[in-house]
Amino acid sequence: MITRHYIDFIVVLTQKEMKVRYKSSVLGYFWSIAHPLAFALIFFIAFKIIMKIQMENYALFLITGLFPWQWLANSVNVSPMVFIGNASMVKKVNFSRSALPLVTVLQDGIHFVLSIPVIVLFMFVYHKSPSLSWLYGIPILMGVQFMMTYGVCLVVSTINPFFRDMERLVSLFIMFMFYLTPIIYPESMVPERYKYLLNLNPVAPLMISWRNLFLDGTLDAGLLTISISYSVATFAFGYAVYKRLSWKLAEVL
Amino acid sequence: MSEPAVIFDNISKSYPMYHHFTGGIKNFLFHLPKALKSLRGSRYEALRDISFEVRKGEALGIIGKNGAGKSTTLGLIAGVLKPTKGSIVVRGRTLPLLELGGGFHPELTGRENIMLNGVLLGLLRAEVRKKMDEIIEFSGISEFMDQPIRTYSSGMLARLGFSVIAHLDPEILLIDEILAVGDLEFQQKCIEKMMDFKRNDVTIVFVSHSMGAVEMLCDRVVWIDDNAIRMSGNTKEVVKEFEKAERNAELLRYVKGNL
Repeated sequence: MITRHYIDFIVVLTQKEMKVRYKSSVLGYFWSIAHPLAFALIFFIAFKIIMKIQMENYALFLITGLFPWQWLANSVNVSPMVFIGNASMVKKVNFSRSALPLVTVLQDGIHFVLSIPVIVLFMFVYHKSPSLSWLYGIPILMGVQFMMTYGVCLVVSTINPFFRDMERLVSLFIMFMFYLTPIIYPESMVPERYKYLLNLNPVAPLMISWRNLFLDGTLDAGLLTISISYSVATFAFGYAVYKRLSWKLAEVL
Repeated sequence: MSEPAVIFDNISKSYPMYHHFTGGIKNFLFHLPKALKSLRGSRYEALRDISFEVRKGEALGIIGKNGAGKSTTLGLIAGVLKPTKGSIVVRGRTLPLLELGGGFHPELTGRENIMLNGVLLGLLRAEVRKKMDEIIEFSGISEFMDQPIRTYSSGMLARLGFSVIAHLDPEILLIDEILAVGDLEFQQKCIEKMMDFKRNDVTIVFVSHSMGAVEMLCDRVVWIDDNAIRMSGNTKEVVKEFEKAERNAELLRYVKGNL
């Protein structure tokens, strides 16, 4: 149930996370941008310079996929520790546990928003400019991604205290998904007979939508519909798992 | 006699042995039938048929050895645990007093942590803001309020934590062994505040190993031994019996050790 206190709780926890992230190092903002940029640089060297992928504006192409991906990957990667890291709180205070993974996803989402200017900067470098459709496209896709990420985080954070192997499975899973999703390569390079598999990957339609939106200012209704379906399903599953297990968290921690 | 604020009616609490799971998927999957069976069969019994009442405005002490089930009892009152059997009635807003620095973040300042803690324990932001000055004043460490609390001593952390609790208007206060920190002056202040709570009809459930503190604060005591109630009633009598049993156990260990 969303009460005024729940909202206040979320706000205070998010403020806390942001402060902690930026307070402890002078270069806080720089680091949260530098990380995906460093990835982009690595892939640029590997694929453009060494393997000579035939693509224009490959650097821009990379970051338009990597930035939204980082939001999802970062949230999911830290979610195994969300409850374990707050064990003393969970064991003693009767607060809404769902707030903790929510705040994780929220703060990575805020970082994603803060990184959009970097994408704009790259667009100018490549003589492109942001499109007006971003004004509705970004909020829509953020909503879809938020729901999907929150769903995954609910599952992972709730199950990990019971099944500690979850942690390792999750980081492997994230790596698999990264390479199976058209982020460092365009979907057009996927061999024809495997193309249908792209739609079976819950994050692929979303990541493709992000890139199309950033690069061409387009938002494909078909891809969007698939993405929304996946994200609603993921969230429903995540919430069901959370509902079933969350009251046992104080026992197992 | 006032109405009860907390009623435990034949409460039992057992946990599944979670190590079957936490031991890892590999273990679990390779021995699936056995694991499932043992999961159902082996449960750890933390409390057995516990019944007691705490009346409104009363201070109840819970004593017993480590692992006897004291903290489980507090968890049940706080509502973070559900009983396996029996029913619990809790009337009023319960507030747990967290252990040193629990619910605090080391990188945030004292002021920011007051906000964090206050909201965690159920206040709205506006309510914490209104009480901020009072809380800081009570803590007696106002000159450190804008520094990150990782620079605080443990005594200062205790001051901060207790000051937040002291201003939350609890109806039922749950205290798990906390008063032993901080300097004498502040301990005195804590005791005074507790007495204040008692006068204001706040119900207190106090878990402690310090018999001195129990005798000072509590009206009645429940002694939990081996996950069941061994004795309950008048503070002096129960504490006396408990200490006697402790001494006997000590003696027995000593004798066994020398045989």
